[in-house]
Amino acid sequence: MIAGVVGVSAAAFAYTAGWLSPHRLTPTRMVDGFGPTTPEKLGHRRNHAKGICFTGVFDANGAGSALSKARVFAAGSYPVIGRFNLGTPNPQATDASVRVRGLSIDIHTPDGGEWRSGMISVPFFPVSNPQAFYALLEASGSKDPNAMGQFAAAHPEIKPFGAWAKTAPWTGSYAEERYNGVNAFLFTDDAGNTRAVRWTMEPAAQPVPVSPDELAKQGPDVLEKEITERIAKEPARWTLRLQVANDGDPTADPSKAWPADRRTVDAGTLVVQKIEPESDGPCRDINYDPTVLPAGVSTSDDPFPAARSAAYAKSYDLRSAEAAHYPRNDGKPEGATP
Amino acid sequence: MSTSLGTPGTARDIVRTRFTATQRTLHWLMAAAILAMLFIGVGMKSTITPKYLTLVSIHKPLGIAILVLALLRLGVRLRFGTPPLPADLPAPMRLGAVLSHWALYALMIVMPLLGWAMLSAAGYPIRLGAGITLPPILAQDDHLHAVLWSLHSNLAFVFFALILLHLAAGLFHALVRRDGVFEAMAPVSDNSVPGHRTPTAAE
Repeated sequence: MIAGVVGVSAAAFAYTAGWLSPHRLTPTRMVDGFGPTTPEKLGHRRNHAKGICFTGVFDANGAGSALSKARVFAAGSYPVIGRFNLGTPNPQATDASVRVRGLSIDIHTPDGGEWRSGMISVPFFPVSNPQAFYALLEASGSKDPNAMGQFAAAHPEIKPFGAWAKTAPWTGSYAEERYNGVNAFLFTDDAGNTRAVRWTMEPAAQPVPVSPDELAKQGPDVLEKEITERIAKEPARWTLRLQVANDGDPTADPSKAWPADRRTVDAGTLVVQKIEPESDGPCRDINYDPTVLPAGVSTSDDPFPAARSAAYAKSYDLRSAEAAHYPRNDGKPEGATP
Repeated sequence: MSTSLGTPGTARDIVRTRFTATQRTLHWLMAAAILAMLFIGVGMKSTITPKYLTLVSIHKPLGIAILVLALLRLGVRLRFGTPPLPADLPAPMRLGAVLSHWALYALMIVMPLLGWAMLSAAGYPIRLGAGITLPPILAQDDHLHAVLWSLHSNLAFVFFALILLHLAAGLFHALVRRDGVFEAMAPVSDNSVPGHRTPTAAE
């Protein structure tokens, strides 16, 4: 009887931990989906692994307060630690080889509020839900030549992404990209009204199309060089545009963009003032967990922020344990370490 | 009431056979809280569904509640002590009982602190809900985070194993030895425990 009670307790614990359910999509499996951890990946983010840090401010104009009571939307200037990045698990990828670019921000407000967000240059997410994303990772990592075809047949929502990847112009600068939050969040205003909102960062810089071949000729780190030189001359700016869903708009599926005629609110300007290499930069140790939200913004029925939070935490736990492998300088002058 | 120990001068003369009502309440409340905590902990690390966020949002305030209760309980334990173990309890079991209880106390206090320190070292805001945010107790540090995270997650399994051992020992006392040790902490009133002596004011 004693053995029975203890055994059942232990089994319940093992079940909860997922040890009896090898098919459960755990954070570990999701992160492993990005491929084997080769030596050059140690200590780096498991996805969006190549990036460069920036600091700047978010100048809120106050208009966002119509949607959310969060302090970050009240008129004022708030410090930002951010990161431009490439959507690849390879920290040594050449800049011209990666189709999807990203922007992450971490904004602090004087009330102790904090808002972390990771955005991508695609206007929608490639797939509808985290399970489909894992299936996409499996298919793209598969040696079976039919794997991608089978995936696309089972997940027709991938089609617009394929079209975007083929037709959207490449640019030669992180500063010329529009970055899309993609996921829907709930904004609650002072009166307690709640609305579903997605956001984008609209660049002030005019995009100049460039072919990936041309870009490749300018070196493996062309985007990092370009943004460093650009910001050294003058800050770059983006307008934070909030898009409000109409009743019935799909909030749970980030692969479905909302119609362009939806109400938008321009809430302020992101000003990028200084670029620093990631190796000793202030963004290096930040986990851009999209569920770190200020009071007045919360998660919706979109399943991705929770999945991203769980997977990012796993990625952070892994890379912080591998920190000794990361090529940091720890304050030593450039070139002091091999 | 068995909790009335009288003046300090008479306390040592009283041989209590049960833990005080305060101690029993704390024990069973914390048993439920800690078991829930361990299940939530392994559960949240096993899923990427929206349940993850719900579980994390319970894990943090519950952990701090356990820390507060554990400190309170340690104070109560130091003040009221424990009923004596049966005189005929073999020495190895006696030692096991003493060591495992102090290990359980240590884990009740250390685990929440490790969790708090781990989140601090990771630079996460430590939100307990209801607008309450705890200050970080460490500066952000990758290496330290890795050490703390490893301790927090590995000690959770040690904690659960100890609880199973504690449960097995409790049942062994209740069902095999029938020596009153289980009854000392049983979640029932004094009157329903046969042979229990309720100290009176005269003692």
